[in-house]
Amino acid sequence: MKINLKINGQSRQFLIEPNEYLLDVLRKNDYLSVRRGCDNTSCGVCTVLIDNKPVPSCSVLAARCENKEITTVEGVEKEVEKLARYFGELGADQCGYCNPSMALTVYALKLENKNASIEEVKEYLVGNLCRCTGYIAQHEAIMKYLGDES
Amino acid sequence: MEVKELVRAIDIKAAYTLLNESKGSKVMAGGAWMKLSVKSVDKLILLDDLDLDYIKEENEFLEIGAMTSLRTIEMHPAIKSLSSGILTKAIKSIMGVQVRNVATIGGSVMGRFAFSDILGALLVLDCQLCFHGLHEISVFDFLQMPKVPSDILLSIKIKKSSEKGYFHKVSKTHLDFSLLNIAITKNELFKIAIGSRPQTATLAINTANFLNSQSEINEDTVKKAVEIACDEIKVSTNLRASKEYREVLLKTYLTRGLLEVIK
Repeated sequence: MKINLKINGQSRQFLIEPNEYLLDVLRKNDYLSVRRGCDNTSCGVCTVLIDNKPVPSCSVLAARCENKEITTVEGVEKEVEKLARYFGELGADQCGYCNPSMALTVYALKLENKNASIEEVKEYLVGNLCRCTGYIAQHEAIMKYLGDES
Repeated sequence: MEVKELVRAIDIKAAYTLLNESKGSKVMAGGAWMKLSVKSVDKLILLDDLDLDYIKEENEFLEIGAMTSLRTIEMHPAIKSLSSGILTKAIKSIMGVQVRNVATIGGSVMGRFAFSDILGALLVLDCQLCFHGLHEISVFDFLQMPKVPSDILLSIKIKKSSEKGYFHKVSKTHLDFSLLNIAITKNELFKIAIGSRPQTATLAINTANFLNSQSEINEDTVKKAVEIACDEIKVSTNLRASKEYREVLLKTYLTRGLLEVIK
């Protein structure tokens, strides 16, 4: 079957199987910033935005995304660069595997609640696991990013 | 998950007919759990085009469409004010935002998951499940049915109430299933539900009847009620917690919950 998606503002058409998940379709078509982790909705590294809401792409059937707007980190490059600067300054990353998903979730939080408190940030990021950092530096970097009006 | 055929239902009647025409047909709601629990489906029916994603506020009740995401429900101000926000609390305790953006209230109900945090909250709220074929039934009656009906859940109607409520999920992290969850509401009458025992949530009817028969509720009556609940509610052992540990959790959190709602 064919599906039409708008990925990072660009209209694309893909030929898919009915049981293919969005993660598989994206990775097969070279959107490799979308990572595969647990493949069962627990770790969050496969996060993409569908109509600006973070979702686990490993558990969304691609066929359900007809005419939806999909955003990967490449679609919000400027925001990601800003966040990456704070991550770098505060030593908030190590292996980097979870960074694209973390950045997309933080961007979605900014759209939803740019004045989020540290508790709200922690709550919003519950679904993004990072096995390197211990989260403290990440939370500090995210607070700085949210407060950055530039 | 193997899917032989995928169909986007064009209306409720078509979805109902498709579901009942063969045993291999299944409805997909949010689909967050389906991938892990279903290996193969002959015909997968999608309800995405049926306008079941809504929250309507009427004078006396709130109506939530079955395809409404858990995140949408969690963020709704009227749901937050319902019985001390117990449904919001139950939903917020489930996984991360990503999963709650995908999972739907309909899928959470129809799955009748033993670990569900939502079923307990729905049991103690005054609510009805509205099906296409069965029409309206209570959550309690739905959970008593020997198997999940082959029907399309359209919406959930919850009577508005500012009664006091309590919800607590015991788990180490948000990503864990509950070791036990407790939901209580108190208006004129007490309602108590215990879930993830590890069996599916159930009402503590004898305990509530005892409390409802008392002219005054104080620490002593709460203590007696907790004793009744420990006899009435069967808990057992699974990989996540032992029977003995669950018994202690039940005693502790039921006491805390009852003391909170009688404040």
